[in-house]
Amino acid sequence: MKRYIGIRIIYLLITLFIISTVTFFLMKALPGTPFDEEKLAQLPQEQKQMILTSYGLDKPVITQYVNYIKNVAQGDLGTSFFYTGQKVTNIISGRLFPSALIGLQAVLLGLAIGMILGIVAAYRHNTGWDYATMIIAVLGVSIPNFVLAALLQYYVGLKWGLLPVAFWESYPSSILPSIALCVGVIALIARFVRTEMLEVLDQDYVMTAKAKGLGTIRIMFQHVIRNSLISVITILGPIVVNLLTGSLVIENIFGIPGIGSLFVDSIKMNDYSTIMGITLFYSAFYVLVMLIVDLLYGLVDPRIRLASGKG
Amino acid sequence: MNSLLEVKDLQVSFYTYAGEIQAVRDVSFSLGKGETLAIVGESGSGKSVTSKSIMRLLAKSAKIKNGSIRFEGKELASLPEKQMQGIRGKEISMIFQDPMTSLNPTMTIGRQITEVLRKHRNMGRDEAAKRAVELLNQVGIPNPEKRLKQYPHQLSGGMRQRVVIAIALACNPKVIIADEPTTALDVTIQAQILELMNRLQQQMETSIILITHDLGVVAHMASRVAVMYAGKIVETGTVDEIFYEPKHPYTWGLLASMPKLHEKSEELLAIPGTPPDLSDPPKGCPFAARCPYTMEICYEQMPSYTEHSGTHRAACWLQDSRAPKVERPLAGGER
Repeated sequence: MKRYIGIRIIYLLITLFIISTVTFFLMKALPGTPFDEEKLAQLPQEQKQMILTSYGLDKPVITQYVNYIKNVAQGDLGTSFFYTGQKVTNIISGRLFPSALIGLQAVLLGLAIGMILGIVAAYRHNTGWDYATMIIAVLGVSIPNFVLAALLQYYVGLKWGLLPVAFWESYPSSILPSIALCVGVIALIARFVRTEMLEVLDQDYVMTAKAKGLGTIRIMFQHVIRNSLISVITILGPIVVNLLTGSLVIENIFGIPGIGSLFVDSIKMNDYSTIMGITLFYSAFYVLVMLIVDLLYGLVDPRIRLASGKG
Repeated sequence: MNSLLEVKDLQVSFYTYAGEIQAVRDVSFSLGKGETLAIVGESGSGKSVTSKSIMRLLAKSAKIKNGSIRFEGKELASLPEKQMQGIRGKEISMIFQDPMTSLNPTMTIGRQITEVLRKHRNMGRDEAAKRAVELLNQVGIPNPEKRLKQYPHQLSGGMRQRVVIAIALACNPKVIIADEPTTALDVTIQAQILELMNRLQQQMETSIILITHDLGVVAHMASRVAVMYAGKIVETGTVDEIFYEPKHPYTWGLLASMPKLHEKSEELLAIPGTPPDLSDPPKGCPFAARCPYTMEICYEQMPSYTEHSGTHRAACWLQDSRAPKVERPLAGGER
């Protein structure tokens, strides 16, 4: 098991190396620079040179690349071009908390409600319960979350005054964004759980469990749900990454200073080091979540556990 | 004969978008204590549906339309689900066809066995584990303590079927329904499993209902045979009566289509044609369309049973006193 995780971490590092290389050169291929070209051109040659030197932009691209990789390897993502003098790592970690909190709440809430709805729908297959759940699921997928966000702001925030309409002040500020985000998750998870459970309910071993004389609830929890979880874990990975790394739209609507909005701002400003920093952060997080997902598989399904080396 | 299980006029239908499918049509049989009854027939003849009706494990779309299933004075056909759970696995248990799929892949062998014991015998964890070791020993699984902690995928097909049998035996049931217990296994393992079932049955005096299409298995295991075709029992008798004096042309066909090792035959014999569509069953004999001896009456009216002995009866117009005498063709597997 340790060996397996070790190998996976080496893969993770290789992946990150490739991604940082690719983003670095893509960035260099982009037109424009972080600076206002016109104003830069008006500056005396010496000053211009000074600015470029201070950012290391006067050196050949290859040297820049080598320096960049060296710094990244030491955990230094460079200095922002836009937020003058600030380290990119500090900027990201400052923006991380709101995004992660909102995302985490949305994932947990979506997972809990989605699973319950999916289980009920599958258990009461082809009844009113099933149809009602699936209508909720279709609505959840098809209503854009910004529409929902606006509705929540208007009713819950403005009209009833229950929760803050926007901005990041204290914990309650995170509730409405989380709700707006979790509806899509609920819909997705509910559909997945339902489909998967219907399949598992048809399996021979469920018939065996019934033939043992077990009660419905026991069969559901001991035999059906665990076997249905395998596919849910698969979609959970991307969902977690998407939500925890911040949703651009939701952060904009609620005025939350999160990573999503930081990313877009940095692209608008051509803030090289921030763009690359966030890209790397996203990738690292993604690969890490995938590793956790794979470990979870093993936890749920013994067949996978043993295939990956003696547990 | 004091019968343990008595099925009478059982009718089971599936209700689908295409309409009602009458899978089991007026099936009656009884099962005595310690007896093995084989139900044979080709796929779709209703043998599995019959066995699932006894356990009340039919799909939601299926319904017991009529008839009674009496087990020790209880009427299973109308028993409330809660009480039925007290019978399944304890009084009547089931062995399924495919051991590769009939065990839960994410649960240890041990828990799958102890689960039944804890449910029906109110055993504690340790006591149940001890009994599970005993059971695995009984079904011939070496190293039972180690096996208990393993998952199904770590066992071979034959071993898994032994586990399935151990689960079925766990509470010393009075009846075991084995639905094609060896079909999914390879031949050498088949013999071992049949041997095991025979031995255990003699030890525990359990009654067995054996569902199969393999007449070789029937000869090995059964004391009595019921031949099913298109949802009906067309002939029933002791093993000797069915193998040596079969009366129904369908039984002749079944026996003839059994491949024989010691005979060099040019071709495999098959019964031409297909079984009738049970969403619109024929009003006469269901085998009429495939039978080489069909008479006009066969299409008109379902024949009633002719008793040949206290145990042997067949539903065929050829047995009627007015019918021409037809001898069973010799190809019918003289053994």
